[in-house]
Amino acid sequence: MNSQSTPAWPDELFRALRALDVRQIAYVPDAGHKQLLNQALAEPSIEAIALTTEQEGVALAAGAWLGGQRAAVLMQSSGLGNCVNAIASITRACQFPLLMLITMRGEWGEGNPWQVPMGTALAPVLDTMGVHLNRLEDPGAAYATLHAAGTQCFAGGGPAALLISQRLIGAKAFVE
Amino acid sequence: MSGPLERRAVVAELLRERGDLLLVTGLGGTTWDAAAVADHDNNFYLWGGMGLAVATGLGLALAQPQRQVLVITGDGEMLMGMGSLATVANRGPTNLAIAVIDNERYGETGEQLTHTAGTTDLAAIALANGISDSREITDFDGVTTYRERLHAGGDSCFAAIKVQAGNPTMVLPPRDGIMVKYRFRAALGLGGV
Repeated sequence: MNSQSTPAWPDELFRALRALDVRQIAYVPDAGHKQLLNQALAEPSIEAIALTTEQEGVALAAGAWLGGQRAAVLMQSSGLGNCVNAIASITRACQFPLLMLITMRGEWGEGNPWQVPMGTALAPVLDTMGVHLNRLEDPGAAYATLHAAGTQCFAGGGPAALLISQRLIGAKAFVE
Repeated sequence: MSGPLERRAVVAELLRERGDLLLVTGLGGTTWDAAAVADHDNNFYLWGGMGLAVATGLGLALAQPQRQVLVITGDGEMLMGMGSLATVANRGPTNLAIAVIDNERYGETGEQLTHTAGTTDLAAIALANGISDSREITDFDGVTTYRERLHAGGDSCFAAIKVQAGNPTMVLPPRDGIMVKYRFRAALGLGGV
């Protein structure tokens, strides 16, 4: 885990989501999203919605948009694999906005080899799906990167993913 | 055994005097059923995204808390998205109703049996997830009662409505999801993109 218990960048991501007027935050939790999620869960003007699988979030974001609200979907990189048909058949087919905040696994000191194949496949899969990749490695760029990605997405510029690097989050420790 | 009810009559009854009800339909037969009743600016038809009708309806219901939202989908579509019943129940929207038109078949692909033809009880699953008003409907009076319930609003409700096997004639709504999306938003007074 990160040696700094409360880094600033998750707060900056939350601030960017507020500035983007995101009102529904759907999530399958990941340790890298913990601080951001706690803020979302504590904010009464935001609906924080726990999902059973990430693809529900893709559909929920489409429904939110139909009803006039902006949503964001939080997931770990492995969860993107659960979303491929939803993104193709709903988001892309109907040109819905979709903003995903994806915490990376399978890179930078990954201790679980089962995470590596999906982590490696993530970027080419997103590219194939027509999802714009926005990598976040510099914690100082958190607000600007998410705000730029979301602005383009909600203006009709296509689905966007913020890829939060494992180097930034800190690789998960596996200790017996 | 499939159920006794005729699916088009069921959907027509659910949508009778629909007022300002917002409707999401699931991939397959229920999209044709809704179109057979009437195309409507407050309809959003899924032509893809199997298993995602209920999750779409939940996002809409949370965004439009003053409007009643109905999701009509099929048993095969619902079986693919059963986790979304847990998500709905734990979120607890007060304006979302779900109606599964359950013919115990994958009607679009050759009438292969779904698990509801076997041991699986969708209403019991919805109830166990925490949707306390979950029912199986096997007669038309039950459909009429459920129509009144879903128009009245209140806690989320679920019905598995047992209908006959067999596919009525396809009635196709607009297949351009981009246009239907714009039209749906415009009917709610929302702008473009």
